[in-house]
Amino acid sequence: MKMRRYAVLLGLLLVVGVVLSACGSGGSSEQGGSDNSFKTAMVTDTGGIDDKSFNQSAWEGLTQFGEDNGLKEDAGYSYLQSNSASDYVTNLNRLVQSNTDLIFGIGFKLAEDIGTVADQHKDTHFAIVDSVVDKENVASIVFEEQQGSFLAGVAAAMKSESGKIGFVGGEESELIKKFEAGYVAGAKSVNKDIEVDVQYAGSFGAPDKGKLIASNMYNSGVDVIYHSAGGTGNGVFAQAKDLKNNDPEGNYWVIGVDRDQYEEGQIGDNNVTLTSMLKAVDVAVADIAQQSKDGKFPGGEIVSYGLKDDGINIAETNKDAYSEDIKAAVNEWKQKLIDGDVTAPSTDAELQEYQDSL
Amino acid sequence: MLDILYSLIPQTLFFAAPLIFTALGGVYSERSGVINIGLEGLMVIGAFAAVTFNLLYANALGTMTPWISLLVAMVASAVFSLLLAIPAITFRADQTVTGVAINMLALGFGVFMIKQIFNKGQTEFISEPIYTKDVPGLVDIPVIGEMFFNNMYITSYIAIAFSFVAWYVLFKTPFGLRIRAVGEHPMAADTNGIKVYTTRYIAVIISGALAGIGGGVFAMTISLNFSVSTIAGQGFMAIAAVIFGKWNPLGAMGAALFFGFAQSLSVVGSSIPLLENVPQVYLLIAPYVLTILALAGFIGRSVAPKASGVPYVKGSR
Repeated sequence: MKMRRYAVLLGLLLVVGVVLSACGSGGSSEQGGSDNSFKTAMVTDTGGIDDKSFNQSAWEGLTQFGEDNGLKEDAGYSYLQSNSASDYVTNLNRLVQSNTDLIFGIGFKLAEDIGTVADQHKDTHFAIVDSVVDKENVASIVFEEQQGSFLAGVAAAMKSESGKIGFVGGEESELIKKFEAGYVAGAKSVNKDIEVDVQYAGSFGAPDKGKLIASNMYNSGVDVIYHSAGGTGNGVFAQAKDLKNNDPEGNYWVIGVDRDQYEEGQIGDNNVTLTSMLKAVDVAVADIAQQSKDGKFPGGEIVSYGLKDDGINIAETNKDAYSEDIKAAVNEWKQKLIDGDVTAPSTDAELQEYQDSL
Repeated sequence: MLDILYSLIPQTLFFAAPLIFTALGGVYSERSGVINIGLEGLMVIGAFAAVTFNLLYANALGTMTPWISLLVAMVASAVFSLLLAIPAITFRADQTVTGVAINMLALGFGVFMIKQIFNKGQTEFISEPIYTKDVPGLVDIPVIGEMFFNNMYITSYIAIAFSFVAWYVLFKTPFGLRIRAVGEHPMAADTNGIKVYTTRYIAVIISGALAGIGGGVFAMTISLNFSVSTIAGQGFMAIAAVIFGKWNPLGAMGAALFFGFAQSLSVVGSSIPLLENVPQVYLLIAPYVLTILALAGFIGRSVAPKASGVPYVKGSR
């Protein structure tokens, strides 16, 4: 019996080994070279560069930057994939040792490790996306999601015929609050009496929960739902598409998040994606890399991207649903936000204040 | 009040359907004496197979795609369950450890294959999911029609029908009696000429097939794509439903429906007059609290089949 147990354990180890090694190998090589040319790289979080989300977007930005500057992949720009949280420090150190000038950490999960490694290597420049690390040699890239969400709210309120719209959040946090507050404010700016049903699923990876919430919202008369819930949002799309399939004339709209989710909304000849709030991590990454290459690295600063610099935008892919008057209204508010006539709220308190001022 | 039921019941049913299939699988496996911790992994394989097949063949098969995808998911998962059956039955390995290994292997395998086939970390959305339908005729019955037959997934009805079939087979047929005998007292069964190993193999393969359907249904009604987090805990909820349902197919169905009901109540709760002032966090934890209360107090002792988890060695007493 004992022997057998060990055999199972051994088998288990083997399986783990196989699985882990299968996941690995996605990295890139360092061809250190001591030439004078600029060298930049990014460390992904566990999503990987084809996560359809910010890792992918960041890598696209870095690739764009590399091509614009005639750099070669691997030699000039590269990425290291993190398969688990324990890879962050290792990956960052590997890049430091291969004389990388500027290292990006993609996602707030890397914030702490960037801080640690940045302390140990004061001569290397770092940048963190979606978080703030207060160090001399770290640039913090943040986005004004409340602005894009504000415009999503404007579009939702314009589209809604029932006067009821919905918001589905992942986990309730400071970051997601920015989406919620901006959205509510935008909607109320267009229609003061609009009802906004706000629900949190408690997870970014629970499509079943997302579907339940969406089903309940559409049942209660909501006709536009903005989701900021990652994989949970898949459930929102699933529900909207199902309803649309049974009732092609009905109003069941979803507003996507982070990137253009038009494809996800396609059902036959219809599309339930009204628009998407776009967060251009690629623009930000390329911009910071360029600044750094030009010797103007914004170390120790918080660099904020919003509507003004196309770091935040709103998709216009769905020509049928996203009509001219919605477009006009959104552009009008966009201008107001850019000019500073209106400030999109990013917390509950600011939202309250904003609503009172209406 | 009726409005609330109109939204609660369909939601309960679509949420519960994947759990029912998977839990039925769990009942069969455990009734035969093999603990199946690997249900989660088998669901992953089901979801992976269904989504992959659906994406690759949707153009050729049209509206039949989801149903053939379900069959593919069923077969794929049944084959995969051999990885549990062979070590656990023939080589008498520790069943819990083997099941855990299945869970890890399935997820790694699924994600790896997606990368190989589509060169992506997660798939696109499928173009031919299962859609809800009204049941012709029955939907016109006042109240009940609206509640049970309006905009429903046919898979929910199949799941419930399967539960009754599973119950009948397990308790009313010689084959079911053999499965139960093998799970309670394999030596006695062996003495009576029942092939213990064969019976256990069949039961585990049935559990694989059902869990595969569960995973396929989940993927094609709820998530619509496959990624590393598509199946996240549903398999374990199914195991809970097995125990909660006292290793009885109908009990497991009831438990799965209860989970679905509690989940949709936590969402619908905010629009029920009585509950609207309750902070959302309490509604979110309610399903789990209800489950603990139900397990602890209301259903009485839940006793596993006697030989569950014990490998059978021919000739041992």
